[in-house]
This record gives sequence, structure tokens and C-alpha cells, in this order.
Amino acid sequence: MNDRTAANDGWFAGLDPDDVAGASTAIREGRADTPADWPALAVESGFAADADEYYDRLHEATVAAAREQVQERERADDRQLVHAIRAMDDSRRTANELAERVAEWAGSRYDDADTGVEYARELAADSPDEEDEPLDPGAERLHALATRTADLADEADELERFVETAAHDVAPNLAAMAGPVLAARLISLAGGLDDLAKMPSSTVQVLGAEDALFAHLRGNAPSPKHGVIYTHEYVRGTSGGERGSAARAVAGKLTIAARVDHYSGERRSDLDAELDERIRTIRQRGDDE
Amino acid sequence: MTLPEGVERRGFDGTERLATRGEPVYGEPTDGEWRAWNPHRSKLGAMLELGLDTGLVGGENVLYLGAAAGTTVSHVADFAGPTYAVEFAARPMRDLLDAAESRPRLFPLLADARSPEEYAHVVEPVDVIVQDVATRGQATVATTNARFLREDGRLLMAVKARSEDVTRDPAAVFADALEELRGTYEILDSERLTPYHDDHLGVVARPLSEP
Repeated sequence: MNDRTAANDGWFAGLDPDDVAGASTAIREGRADTPADWPALAVESGFAADADEYYDRLHEATVAAAREQVQERERADDRQLVHAIRAMDDSRRTANELAERVAEWAGSRYDDADTGVEYARELAADSPDEEDEPLDPGAERLHALATRTADLADEADELERFVETAAHDVAPNLAAMAGPVLAARLISLAGGLDDLAKMPSSTVQVLGAEDALFAHLRGNAPSPKHGVIYTHEYVRGTSGGERGSAARAVAGKLTIAARVDHYSGERRSDLDAELDERIRTIRQRGDDE
Repeated sequence: MTLPEGVERRGFDGTERLATRGEPVYGEPTDGEWRAWNPHRSKLGAMLELGLDTGLVGGENVLYLGAAAGTTVSHVADFAGPTYAVEFAARPMRDLLDAAESRPRLFPLLADARSPEEYAHVVEPVDVIVQDVATRGQATVATTNARFLREDGRLLMAVKARSEDVTRDPAAVFADALEELRGTYEILDSERLTPYHDDHLGVVARPLSEP
């Protein structure tokens, strides 16, 4: 980031018109809150002689920027995704734990104390101003802890955004079919995209249900019907007796999607359509009975 | 309803199809410099084919959210003016770059449509926003991007029910989306995109005037 972030400047501000690399960086890293009549402003500031020239420069800069970003992002690897999803889970769990502590502590001091991360956020936001009224040491620590808790919850959200982007880059078909977070969890549980691609779909179906699976193999429990794929709407949203079939169908297609992603990398939207069709059949069967 | 200038119905192998003039992008049939616009692969194409009053006349500035591999946005760039194409996945962007190669007024932006501040330093106020994003919170994307739309501009949006919640009745999903849009937009027209796209609603809207 550069020092232009706060201002509401166009991408061309302070740029030499012939500096394509600089223009590309400005497109990629610039920020603004509101749009403006950039073509007119660019002509006014002397960046371009007229709107046509401005658009030519913009085209060159946006294409260069997008090309660089694509190359960078396509280098994204599944290891980064695995770390990110695990970090996201850790952050969220820890934020919740700390929020409980904040709630308990605040309850001893304030009558209107609430619970949860939202309350920690509130507490962090209205920390009393130290200038007016010096806090007693206890309140100071409580408000500081609430701030840390809110920050950690924010980081979990940021990590989720990263996972959403990275999952689409690492495994476009799997992410489209499973949703980016479930895709990342499956890759994480399998140990990597190549491991997931080599798994039989019956294993994918029960990934995340290892306890239940081994209880079953020891002979004292029914076989699990689904693991983490339970979070997929097609499994969760299919009722009762047909849920096992839905889980099998979803696992089958997700396995194929992971293989396409690992071995070819091309997006195949027909796979999604096949799964939609299959689930429709299964649900109809359930309704008929 | 009239088609925008630069979009025509032309015969391809004996059937009348929508078409625009430009370099082919996805292996579509061509007739001279005209190339067929497949409404089955394009929600905007379906909206035109179904006769929604999009208000498009041709030559306007466009912000296209969810450009994907450029199937639709390439047609838009063929008949519109400067076209900003926002897409956040890297892989389809590769194909979009190919489409942008032969279209000097098509500007590809690798950014997240949910964070307009990532591209507000590049995108100017536009006459038309076309939105086809397949994420949850599609109505929210439309409202946060309203800042790009001129007072008399149009939002042309395809709401995909399955992206919000596959288990809910699409009609309920659409009703919720329209309700949220009404906080920022006046809905001018809406219609299901069947038979071209199942469980999609085409929406034409314009920004509410400032009170």
C-alpha cells in the first residue's frame, strides 16, 4: 500500500503516463470510497490528452494488472488454503472462548452485561475515555481484553474471505460445488488436494466423522452416513431416509470435482448440473414414498 | 421493447438469434462479423430474449459485476461504451483477458464485488450496472454498488435462488431479495428467466431519487 489510500484519488494520481508497471500497481493496490468522473479528471490533470487516450491507457493498465494477479493467484497452493482454514477455525473458537470470559467478567461489573462476541465488540467500542475519567485497573484490562476479542473475531472473518478467494483459485470446481469453506475443509481433512483427489468417494463421504467410523469398524455402532459434507445444503436439506443417498451422491460428485481440479484445473460447470439433477431425483423419490 | 443499437436478431442456420458484432469468445456461431448471443449461457441475453424492458439503447457506460469468463460481458462490450468487468476468481479471468484483448473499451478488474472500494478508484459513474454474481447476499452486492450508478441509471440483475439457499422455495428467496433492493432501488420490472435459466429472477431497477 502507498500513501494515497486515505485520499479519494483516481488510479492515475501522481503517475507518469508511460509507466505501465506503476499503473498496474496503482490499479491493483489503489482504493477509493466513491467513484468519480475519472476520465474527465485525468484529462484535467494532464494524464491523458482526451478521453480516448485515457481509455487506451486504462485498458493497458487493467489488462496488465489482471494478468499479473492471475499469474500470482494461480500459484496459490493448497497448503496455504489448509493453513488458512485451520487458522480460521482456531481464531473463531478462541474468540468465542474469550468472549465468554469477557461476558463473565463484565457481568461482575455492569448490570447490562450481555454475552457473545457481539457484546465484546460493544464493550471494545465504548471504552471510556481515559482523559475524562481514569479507569480502575480492572476495567482497563477488561476493555483491553474485549478489544483483543473483537480483533480476533475480525481476523476470523478476514481469514474466511481469504479462504473464499483461495479456494476458488486452488480448486474451482470443488469450491463451486461445495462452497469455498467446505471445499477448504475437505482439502484440509484429506491433507491436500492431491490426497483428496486420490481418495475413493466413500472415504470423502465420511471425512470428518472418523470417530464414528472407527466405532463402526470396531463393531459397536452403525456406519456414519456423512462427515463434514453434512454442512452441504444438499445433504442437510434432504430429509430422513434419503439423506444417506444424498450424502453418497454429493460425495461422489465432490470427489470427481476434486479430481478434475487436481489433474486438469479446467472449470466444468456441467458437473454442478449433474449433481443438481441427481439430488432432485433423490428428493422426489423421498417425497413419493 | 426494442433491442439496443448494436444488438440484432439474425438468422443462424435458419433460426433467428440475438447477435452482436465482435471477435468470437466461446466458440459461438458467427455470420460475418456478427456472432450469436446464446441466452442459455447468458442471463442478460435471456432478459433481452424474454423482452424485459432493460432500457438499454447501446453505447452506455457499464459496470459488470460477476463477469466470469466473459461470455456475456463480451457481448455487452460489443454494443456498449466503456465497460468495466469485475470478476474475483482468477481462472475465469484468464478467459476474460482473452476477450478483452480484442476489445479496447473492456476493462478487466480482478476484485471482489462485495468490496467496491477495491475498484472505485478505477470505475467512473455508469449508466448501467449488470450483476450476475453467484454468492450469498446478491441484493447486498447490488445495494453497495449503487454508488456507481448515475441518478437515471439502470440496474440489470439476475438473482440466482440457489446461491442464497438451495433448500428454500425460490419464490421466497426472490421476495426477500426484492425487499432488500427496495431500500435502495425502485424495481421497474422482474421476471423469471425460464426456460433459459432455472430458478433465476431477472430484475430491472433504478436508484431511488435522493429524498
